[in-house]
Amino acid sequence: MSIEVRGLCKHYNGFKAVHNVSAKLETGSLTALLGPSGSGKSTLLRMIAGLEVPDSGEIHLTGREATFASAKERNVGFVFQHYALFKHMTVFENIAFGLRVRKQGERGIQDRVFELLKLIQLTGYEKRYPSQLSGGQRQRVAVARALAPRPEVLLLDEPFGALDAKVREELREWILRLHEETNMTTLFVTHDQQEAMEVAGRILIMNHGEIEQDGTPIEIFDQPATHFIAQFVGESNFIDTEVSEKGLAVWGPFRFSVAPSLPVGKKIRIYFRPNDVYMTAQFETLQVRARIAKTRFKGTTIEYKLDIGEDKYISAQIPKGVALASGFKEGGEVYAAITAFHVFPIDAEG
Amino acid sequence: MKFKSTGILPGFGLTMGFTLAYLSLIVLIPLAALILKSTTLTWAQFVQEVTSPRVMASYKLTFGASLVGALINSVFGVIVAWVLVRYEFPGKKLVDAMVDLPFALPTAVAGITLTALYAPTGWIGRLLEPLGIPVAYTPLGVVVALTFIGLPFVVRTLQPVLESLDPEMEKAAVSLGAGRWYTVTRVILPTLAPAWITGSSLAFARAVGEYGSVVFIAGNMPMKTEITPLLIITKLEQYDYAGATSIGVVMLVISFTLLLAINWLQSRTGVHRIH
Repeated sequence: MSIEVRGLCKHYNGFKAVHNVSAKLETGSLTALLGPSGSGKSTLLRMIAGLEVPDSGEIHLTGREATFASAKERNVGFVFQHYALFKHMTVFENIAFGLRVRKQGERGIQDRVFELLKLIQLTGYEKRYPSQLSGGQRQRVAVARALAPRPEVLLLDEPFGALDAKVREELREWILRLHEETNMTTLFVTHDQQEAMEVAGRILIMNHGEIEQDGTPIEIFDQPATHFIAQFVGESNFIDTEVSEKGLAVWGPFRFSVAPSLPVGKKIRIYFRPNDVYMTAQFETLQVRARIAKTRFKGTTIEYKLDIGEDKYISAQIPKGVALASGFKEGGEVYAAITAFHVFPIDAEG
Repeated sequence: MKFKSTGILPGFGLTMGFTLAYLSLIVLIPLAALILKSTTLTWAQFVQEVTSPRVMASYKLTFGASLVGALINSVFGVIVAWVLVRYEFPGKKLVDAMVDLPFALPTAVAGITLTALYAPTGWIGRLLEPLGIPVAYTPLGVVVALTFIGLPFVVRTLQPVLESLDPEMEKAAVSLGAGRWYTVTRVILPTLAPAWITGSSLAFARAVGEYGSVVFIAGNMPMKTEITPLLIITKLEQYDYAGATSIGVVMLVISFTLLLAINWLQSRTGVHRIH
């Protein structure tokens, strides 16, 4: 089932929670809705599920208008951040809820619930109560409960937000496998860009109630469409400077080529990722001399704070192996070049 | 369930000791004295005393009217608590405070007020009388008084539970296709059940022992509108201490049995609270 929203708006007392959002998700796609808290991503998800009513705009499910359809008619499965399991019901009854609502036969309910228990690897837990389960188990029960009535769309609202890193990782894998098996149109909300990049084939980035970019993880990472995305996705250095002559900006010893259309004197902000800094112990070419001011170990990489003079610093990330082989030391002299960067005129954001 | 808690806070011995001493002093010793006093009668006398037709009729009225009052409160208490928790409206604080009035008002004042209202000449009684529903000086009047004094128990026990009810749970039910009625009956009410039973049983227990507000509106006709606590007072006034305590013991046993049963019921509905 495909999902399409057109010009969707939802305001709360003048606050634009969701403003003029349009997007189309194809059948069988796995999409992440990424944004900081308060960006309207949950509200958008809830409107698609029929848990919130939009002020204006349209929602189409498989080409059918469903803006005001009841949650039941939409046939959408919804997973809540804090599980929202029915505390007074056993795992079995929780999963069976959607089937009982649809007045299915007891035999069919039994079969479906046990099938799902197997899928979520909780066979034998059917008589437990939610309070007797761990966070990860609860979330899996919540997913099973949403899947039980065989929805055509699965919507997940920060499904792993309340779990610890290890369990999160496992559930992420699990959701990916689940999607491969069922090929159900899936849309999940997250504020964790790592999660969005790893799981989703496509990412919609929301900020202040609007979608700022819609693309594959690679597009979003390498070609951020706005200021906000450049600093929100991945780690970034950002430096403020201005166009010093046609097609060129200078910041400290670094020179950046910019679009020739930008007028001289225009204030700009330049973003570049720490791993796009090419750093060597010996001068190679087009590099700037720098001093390692600080070293921070980050697991697979090492981050260096580089002093490039004039009280200016940039951060560089080097794979651990390369860094150790090159013998970088705090206080030592190195040569650095910025291999990729993005330029945004500053007034665009106001 | 473990008997002894092994929490990080010490003082199990101290608090348990205090609890036992306090309960003994305030509850157990007076109750023991009550039972002791009733044993001045022989068993045959005791049975005769507590099963005489007038006493039997009073049990029926007391426990029956208390039960009806508690049931009425269990329904309307939920509604009142629901409205107070879920909606914002002008004067909400006032309504919220009013719920406690039956706690604060001297019961005699409540009784006299209710009698004045429900008497055939009162504001409400005047309207009901032509319909053939006399309230004052009938068992119905007893129910009215017992409902009045029991309301805060149900509302006050349910309010915090309703406040802590996760609204996401209702949303989850809706997302699974449940309608309003289904959500209320299968999700909200069962979650409230333990607190609901507690509130209703408190209202019931309070009603069984109520005296002040009932004696005015009941009319106190033997065999018809005479409640057991009144009968006990009557016997005391006649210096029939053994008779009074015997009836007291029977009330004690019945109440205790009922409360135990309610507790058991509650522990069954509260299974999901185990952690």
